[in-house]
Amino acid sequence: MVKFSVEALDIWFGKTQALKHVTMSVREKEILSVIGPSNSGKTSFLRMLNRFNEENPEFRMSGVVSMDGRDVRKIDRETLRRKIGMVFALPLPLPLSIFDNVAYGPRMHGERDNRRVAQIVERSLKQAFIWDEVKDRLHESAFKLSGGQQQRLCIGRTLAVGPEVILFDEPCSGLDPISTAKVEETMMILKKDYTIILVTNNVKQAARVGDRTAFFLSGELVELDATDKMFTAPSDKRTDDYIRGKFG
Amino acid sequence: MSKHPLRTQKIAFFLLLVATLLIVVPVGLIVVVIIQKGWPAVNWQFLSEMPRQGMRAGGIFPAIVGTLYLVTGAILFALPIGLLAAVYLSEYAKDNILTRSIKLAIVNLAGVPSVVYGLFGLALFVVFFKFGASILSGSLTLGIMILPLIITASREALEAVPYSFREVSLSLGASKWQTIRHIVLPNAIPGIITGTILGLGRAAGETAPILFTVAAFYLPRLPQSVFDQAMALPYHLYVISTQVPNVDEKVRYGTALVLLSMVLLMNLVAIIIRYRFRKKKKW
Amino acid sequence: MPMLRKFKEFVIEKLILLCGIASVIFVALIFVFLLKEGLSVFKFVRIGEFLAGRSWYPISEPAQLGILPLILGSLWVTFGAAVISVPIGLGCAVYIAEIAPGRTKEVLKGGIELLAAIPSVVLGFIGMVTLVPLVKNVFHLSTGLTGLSGSIILAFMAMPTIVSIAEDALYAVPKSYKEGAFALGATHWQTIWRVLLPAASSGIVAAVMLGIGRVIGETMAVMMITGNSAVIPRGLLEPLRTLTATIAAEMGEAVVGSEHYFALFAIGIILFIISFAINVTADLFLHKHK
Repeated sequence: MVKFSVEALDIWFGKTQALKHVTMSVREKEILSVIGPSNSGKTSFLRMLNRFNEENPEFRMSGVVSMDGRDVRKIDRETLRRKIGMVFALPLPLPLSIFDNVAYGPRMHGERDNRRVAQIVERSLKQAFIWDEVKDRLHESAFKLSGGQQQRLCIGRTLAVGPEVILFDEPCSGLDPISTAKVEETMMILKKDYTIILVTNNVKQAARVGDRTAFFLSGELVELDATDKMFTAPSDKRTDDYIRGKFG
Repeated sequence: MSKHPLRTQKIAFFLLLVATLLIVVPVGLIVVVIIQKGWPAVNWQFLSEMPRQGMRAGGIFPAIVGTLYLVTGAILFALPIGLLAAVYLSEYAKDNILTRSIKLAIVNLAGVPSVVYGLFGLALFVVFFKFGASILSGSLTLGIMILPLIITASREALEAVPYSFREVSLSLGASKWQTIRHIVLPNAIPGIITGTILGLGRAAGETAPILFTVAAFYLPRLPQSVFDQAMALPYHLYVISTQVPNVDEKVRYGTALVLLSMVLLMNLVAIIIRYRFRKKKKW
Repeated sequence: MPMLRKFKEFVIEKLILLCGIASVIFVALIFVFLLKEGLSVFKFVRIGEFLAGRSWYPISEPAQLGILPLILGSLWVTFGAAVISVPIGLGCAVYIAEIAPGRTKEVLKGGIELLAAIPSVVLGFIGMVTLVPLVKNVFHLSTGLTGLSGSIILAFMAMPTIVSIAEDALYAVPKSYKEGAFALGATHWQTIWRVLLPAASSGIVAAVMLGIGRVIGETMAVMMITGNSAVIPRGLLEPLRTLTATIAAEMGEAVVGSEHYFALFAIGIILFIISFAINVTADLFLHKHK
């Protein structure tokens, strides 16, 4: 089942073209790894899916991005972003307590019943594998957590609004190896219920985690294939060079 | 190159120090003199009684009350408009001609001479809207005068909130206004309060805008409604210094002291809030 | 429920836009109302006579509405204030920005902010009781209510503006300029004089312009100190009267709708235009680098 379909997508920020004629699709409940050097367009691509690029006043596009068969531009933005969660590169807790961080999304969407909110918070933090570490200090500031814990809190926060898709934008770049492993483990478990797209600078991480992998270079989608095949017998020489570390 | 660059430097630095002292020392002296000569006049009666015999006896209570009314009215007008205008500039405005015009207009409002505000208040509120010389006219005039201050301070406070917080909120599906209301504004409040109090201080000390729009030298009783005239400290000081002969010197200094204290107290509170907030900031 | 929320948000966002353009509306309103009342004066007097006429006797019959004495009064007092405040203010800015050590810097900046906060009527009062008798004695004049006294007090009012904006301009100069100069062996003063000041020049020009703008617009202190004599001043040691003080002093007596009334508004138009020009130009200088 196709979750996202991208057709002939070109995007520009001002005069710079960030994506060139990208056509591809994302399957439901798969983990798609997106790799490529910096400025290859991978983050711009990710941000197309939840219409985040529109926040930039110089953004222009042509082509279509669809979710579940519908053009995302025709879906109400807030509804779309409720279905598509995003975890950022640096852990970004809101300046609120741990509880309020996770409760923020549901509350903004109208959830008023405090008991239900508490249930959602607990469930989300458990899904993010951080409940045990924070259950006794839910009302402390989120800034008191370590980097790895904050990132898992952010994952929990994203899960609390009940998305169908989770976008990860280099989520482990600020984390130590142990926290990184925990986040990767979480992603593998979440795959059962969510479609996941992971943008990463770490080629090995992409190989560990992704079912399929997409390689972007200078705004072009060079290759998209099953991870095993891509990493053992890539079709394009550029992919091969990048994976081997000949540039990057 | 001079032959003795270090000597030139010594001379230059000395002159610069002199320049600095020429500003800072008189300021200190001014404050000291006002305190010294005004303090004897300031007692509870002075602050709480009505003036008698053209201010040769009695107190300045109605002037204090009048100033408080005017300042409150000014803020009630300027804060909502100024804050929302700041929200517009910080969160919604794009880089276009409209935005540039708004910024230019703010720069201009900030630079208009206070007496021209008085003329404007007279023409618009007193005459055209027929509010007459009243607290309403005076407050609105002062309000427009401090609007640029409120907008600028609020805008800085809003822009200081890291952009990443907004991104997080939007990514969770919150709308732009929800993001502003629940994330941006609450974290900008200390800066907004600071700007508001500084605006209050400015409004309290101005004379020219209230000359034709509200101020009276002597009113037999306190104002009962916004359509009444009022006394005000700055105007009071002006009149007893220039137009009423034989007022005891310490009464004049005392009035100056009360006005100065009010304004400086407000500035001090604003600075303290700004300082404590910077220390407490969690991000 | 989302529909209701979306509607509420739509209304709020329109309100925000309205407040955003409020400043433009107010500037336009000010200009319009000044024009409305002020242009009427030209029914009674030609614009050339108004601007260049040497006699200001608005309540005589027939009224003489020449504002040249007032223009010259403003110019003289502004010139005097500038001569005093610009070198001292810039010197102070350099001292605070470059030379003063840490704690002292904070104290000095506090002192400047303190000066900025003092209401003009208080400074006018102090000037009246201390400076005016002093000037009278030092120069052996019949009265100390002179342009010079006004210039001195106005200089004090302009200095915080000049100091803080010039200081910002100096801070904005990239550290690499300074470090480069030191690396070449220049002394601190040489660096300041030859590198920092030129680099900060547009900000400094803006600082001076805004300081002067503040002086031109000042009313109360001038009214209390310069003597209010509306004749062409022959120097700073005489009483004179500025455009601003004229409005403040005479509006109370002018009958609404009389020539005098319109004339005072016409003076207001001139002041508005002057301050507009100064502020716009200074703003351009401030944003030259950005």
